Parts: sequence; C-alpha cells; structure tokens
Amino acid sequence: MRALLARELTLALRAGGGAPQGLVFFLIVVLLVPFGIGPAPDRLAGVAPGTLWIAALLSCLMTLDRLFQTDFEDGSLDALALSPLPMEAVVALKALAHWLTTGLPLTLIAPLLAVTLNLPASAYPWLVAGLLIGTPALSMIGTIGAALTLGLRRGGLLTGVLTLPLYIPTLIFGARSAIAAADGQDPVPALALSAALTLAIAAATPFATARILAIQLR
Amino acid sequence: MRLSGRVLPVLSALAAVSLAAGLVWGFFFTPDDYQQGSTVKIIYLHVPAALMAINAWIMMLVASLIWFIRRHHVSALAARAAAPVGATFTLVALATGAIWGQPMWGTWWAWDPRLTSFLILFVFYLGYIALWEAVEDSEKAADLTAALCMVGSVFALLSRYAVLFWNQGLHQGASLSLDKEENVADVFYQPLLLSIAGFVLLFVVLVLIRTRTEIRLRRAAALDQRGTARA
Repeated sequence: MRALLARELTLALRAGGGAPQGLVFFLIVVLLVPFGIGPAPDRLAGVAPGTLWIAALLSCLMTLDRLFQTDFEDGSLDALALSPLPMEAVVALKALAHWLTTGLPLTLIAPLLAVTLNLPASAYPWLVAGLLIGTPALSMIGTIGAALTLGLRRGGLLTGVLTLPLYIPTLIFGARSAIAAADGQDPVPALALSAALTLAIAAATPFATARILAIQLR
Repeated sequence: MRLSGRVLPVLSALAAVSLAAGLVWGFFFTPDDYQQGSTVKIIYLHVPAALMAINAWIMMLVASLIWFIRRHHVSALAARAAAPVGATFTLVALATGAIWGQPMWGTWWAWDPRLTSFLILFVFYLGYIALWEAVEDSEKAADLTAALCMVGSVFALLSRYAVLFWNQGLHQGASLSLDKEENVADVFYQPLLLSIAGFVLLFVVLVLIRTRTEIRLRRAAALDQRGTARA
C-alpha cells in the first residue's frame, strides 16, 4: 500500500504529472475573477469564498484525468486489479494521492489569494478549515467521474458534466462556513455538516468507484 | 413486446382523454382564484410535470437496480428511454414555473430551494443522457449509466437537503399530500388529479414507445451483425 502511494505521488509530482499545473490553474481562475466583476474591494470581499471554492472545484476537475487514464492505457490498472490489494483500497489510495497533490496545496495557498480578494479577517481560519475538510471529498467524488468516463474519446468534457453536479453539496457546506464567518454569523454548523458529508463520501465512494472500474476492465 | 403492443393503443387513448379532459376542465371550467386570478390555471401543467419529473428519475433508478441485479435487458433500455422524457418534464416544470412566477412573485427566476433543486435534477438528466450517448459498447453503457443513476440519486437527495440549508424559499410548500387536512380547494383539486393521471399515462406511453424503438434497434443491429458475419 505504501509503495502504491509513493508511486502515485512520484508520478504526479515528476515532470508531466500535472500536479503543479493544477495549482497554476487555481491561481489563474482566481486571477480572472476581478477582471470579470471589477476591482472594487467590497464586491470582491463578497464573492471571495465562493470564488476560491469554485476555483478549487475546477482545478480538482482538471486534474482528474490523471487518476486512472494513463494507468488504464498502459495496463497498470489491470495489474492493480489482479494484485492482492482490493480495488477499493487502490481507489482510496489514488484519491489520497490526488488530494495530497491537488487539494492540500491549493488549501495552503488559498489564504494568500484570499488577501488579494479582500476577504474579511474573521473568515480566514474557516476558509482554510473548510477547504481542508471539503477538498478530500472532491478528490473522492472525482474518482467516480473519472472512472465513468475512462477510455472515452473526448471524455474530458463529459467528466465535468458528470462530476460537477456531484460537487454541489460539498460546495454549499464548505463555502457557507466561510461566508458565515465573514458575515459575523456562526460558521460551525456548516463546517460540521461539511465534515459529516466528507466522512460519508470517503466511506462510500471507494466501493462505487471500484465497482465502476470492474465494469470498465471487464 | 406483444403485450406492450396490445396495451399501447388503449393507454394512448386513455392518456389523450384524461389529459384533454383534465386540461379543458382546468382551463375553462374552474373559477379564477380570488388572489391569483386566471394565472392559477397553469397549475394543471406545472404540478403534474414537476411530479413526473421526479417520478421519472425514480423509475430510472428502479430500472437501473433491476438491470444491476437481474440483468434484465429491457429494464436497461426502459431506463434509457425514460431519461429524455423525464428531462423534458423537468424543463416543462421549470418553464411553466417561470411563466407563473413572473406575474405572482414579480420574477422569472429566484434561487429558491425548489427551483434550484429542479435545475440540479435537470443537469443530472443531461449528464445521464450524455453518458449513454458517449459509450459505444451497449452492454457497458447500460452498466455505467446504471451506476451513474444510483450514485446520482444519492447525490441528488444530498443536494436537495444541502440546498434547503443554503437558502430560504419563495415557493410554497407541497400543494398535494395524502396526510394533510387541507389541500387545494376541491374545485381545483379534481381537475388537477385528472391532469396528473393524464401526465402519468403520457409518461408510460412515451416510455413504452421509446423502449419498443430501442428493442427494435437492438434487434436490427443483431440481424445486421449476423448478415455481415455470413457475408
């Protein structure tokens, strides 16, 4: 298991792995927002949590193709399916590696970008906590979308169409917590619901994804 | 096939009769509402369409489960056949809701939980249909879409409650229920029930027709394959 995790991380971080590009993509989406809605600090402050969250969803989505696609093409996925490790564990490890190279780094630079968007000071801890709790769910849900569109020509757009609607609950609870903190309300209930959601998703998704992969490899 | 072929004309006739009767009764022979005037009459399209939009997804879920457990081919095809019908009903519900909302709420659209949930449902339908279109191998497509339908159902439900948490609504509560003392007044209620029955029958008829088409396509493809194999 540790070997597989190390392999995934190395593949993601080495040249061509795409992990740094995910972060750059995150930066660019956030950069585009002031151009779209104007530079007024008040207005930016209002949309800051939502912007960061949606940028996080998109950069998670953009990096999903490397979860299974290359392994599927070169046959490593078949080898993994035949290995003693259950497919559920493979899925969970791949999601973990995806989160470590996408969700975690963007959570770490999110406060920096929040400064540029003029986020109220009270919201920072909740923004980071929300992303820290919510982004693992994004990677987990992403495995479903990536597995469903495996091996399709022009599958990229379809992955988005299938995956983004599944992100809605995570987005709602995650962003809500930071917004509540910015408005001086209690951010804890949203965060607690977000944590519950992530735990439930983390528990259930590997089974669904493993099942879908079994269909794909048949 | 034979049973559905025999039942289909009868059902179509019933659907046409109850739809026509329900809508004509609703539109022309009910009094105007004391507050809403004649705009209330769009209820005879809006409520049945919304009801069937949800029920169509539930039917797809059941069909997907049957396919997954029993591998009954017709049920996969029926789920496929139901999706565009359900998506259309969702669109009808959204459109009639907007037309109704404009005079009543003063706005075509609001990010109300019910409205938002329906938009989300619509997106789920579109994703489901897109996946059917994208996968070439029909057996695999049936498996993958069935999985998507099950996962989607869970997330659609989650989204429904998340959306309730997210925003307060303009939309009224349920108009019809079995356990409430007070429903919509009887003058509106009876034609409404009739048009709901009409919509249910319409859905069944459309799904039957589309499923039969799918089965025939399947057969034609099989014959074609046999033909090329021999030649």
